[in-house]
Amino acid sequence: MQILPNNQLLGATVALALVAISAAYIYCTSKPKAIKVHGVLLSTATQRVLATLYEKELEFELVPVDMEAREHKKKPFLSLNPFGQIPAFEDRDLKLFESRAINKYISHKHADKGTRLESGDMKQKAIIGVWMEVEAHQFDPAASKLTWELALKPVFGKGTPDKAVVEENEAKLAKVLDIYESRLAQSKYLAGESFSLADLHHLPTIQYLLATQVKKLFDSRPHVNAWVADITARPAWCKVLALQKH
Amino acid sequence: MATPVNVYGPAMSTAVSRVLACLLEKNVDFQLISVNMAKGEHKKPEYLKIQPFGQVPAFEDEDISLFESRSICRYICEKYADQGNKGLYGTNPLAKASIDQWLEAEGQSFSPPSSALVFQLAFAPRMKIKQDQVAIKQNEEKLSKVLDVYEKRLGETQFLAGDEFSLADLSHLPNAQYLVNATDRGELFTSRENVGRWWDEISSRDSWKKVVGMQQQKSA
Repeated sequence: MQILPNNQLLGATVALALVAISAAYIYCTSKPKAIKVHGVLLSTATQRVLATLYEKELEFELVPVDMEAREHKKKPFLSLNPFGQIPAFEDRDLKLFESRAINKYISHKHADKGTRLESGDMKQKAIIGVWMEVEAHQFDPAASKLTWELALKPVFGKGTPDKAVVEENEAKLAKVLDIYESRLAQSKYLAGESFSLADLHHLPTIQYLLATQVKKLFDSRPHVNAWVADITARPAWCKVLALQKH
Repeated sequence: MATPVNVYGPAMSTAVSRVLACLLEKNVDFQLISVNMAKGEHKKPEYLKIQPFGQVPAFEDEDISLFESRSICRYICEKYADQGNKGLYGTNPLAKASIDQWLEAEGQSFSPPSSALVFQLAFAPRMKIKQDQVAIKQNEEKLSKVLDVYEKRLGETQFLAGDEFSLADLSHLPNAQYLVNATDRGELFTSRENVGRWWDEISSRDSWKKVVGMQQQKSA
């Protein structure tokens, strides 16, 4: 009795299997992604969206924008973001701009995938909402100016830091971080005991500032320091940082 | 009848009036509780408990205490979804995404230059603070660029987020009100055809007229 297929049949089966696997691989990796992020890796706002996509374990394509050629100020980019800023976001037919709005959309649409970024009942969502606004209106204005002066200006060869701007915004940021220190003494994260979008939105500017003299403002406040260490160590954030190394 | 919600701060504050407009659109009863800013009440420990940054407004209902006007507005829309203007924050996720996008545009692009101009042109003179002409010029240029984008957008849709009035439009009312009615830079809005049309529509809503009435009462 013959219990093994003959060599020809075995060879044909293996060959067919290899072709099928290769076709599936090519299909999966080259299939156009539904989610596209138009931006650049250096941009804090672009990073803010990428962090969310990694937290939600979603596939996406990063479409580079040639900012030196001012691609973001011309068509067709302007049809994605009429303000001529990055990032711009596409999810099939949907187009969005403003990183914080994009992140809210992603968190809501894919609520059950990956990390829960806006979890809880209406009350908890409202508290997350408060601290998202705090990031946008209290933290970011001072933190972005410092990021530009101390971290990005050198990279773009746009001159040395403006001492007056740095001093003014360090003072502003210090006051904001005093309030964060009190807040984070009451809960592990800004909106409660769970990591949320409110914490995530801070990551790109904090990461830049940790490599500058501003690091001392975070180090010198124990609860802020612990929170910074925790959120910057998140695997999804580490993936964003890893992209920059390629 | 539900317990009225509490809003802390003066009606003439742009951020406070943003919340009042939303409450009126949603037919939510409220009490406006005064905070004496001239006497530094907003920086005292009692107040800092409900708004740690020492700013107005703060908000309380029977369930929760909140601050940051735009997040208060979002909460009001979620909690009172079924009353008043039901479409204010969209009735489906796509509409909501568009409203959030234009709310962020308001907060990030429109608000900084318009707030600076409101302070320099409408408040500084009243407070006997010297105007900063450089800041006025820079912010006017920034605001003009933003309004050029709005002009194009409002040629495509009736309102910013789509063809219905939404929280995104509402959020612009406080600063635009001062610029158009209390400074000589109103033409930033009125000289642009679509922006002018949009301003007339949103500012003539009953809810906004009531807020303006409250502002004028308090300053009498």
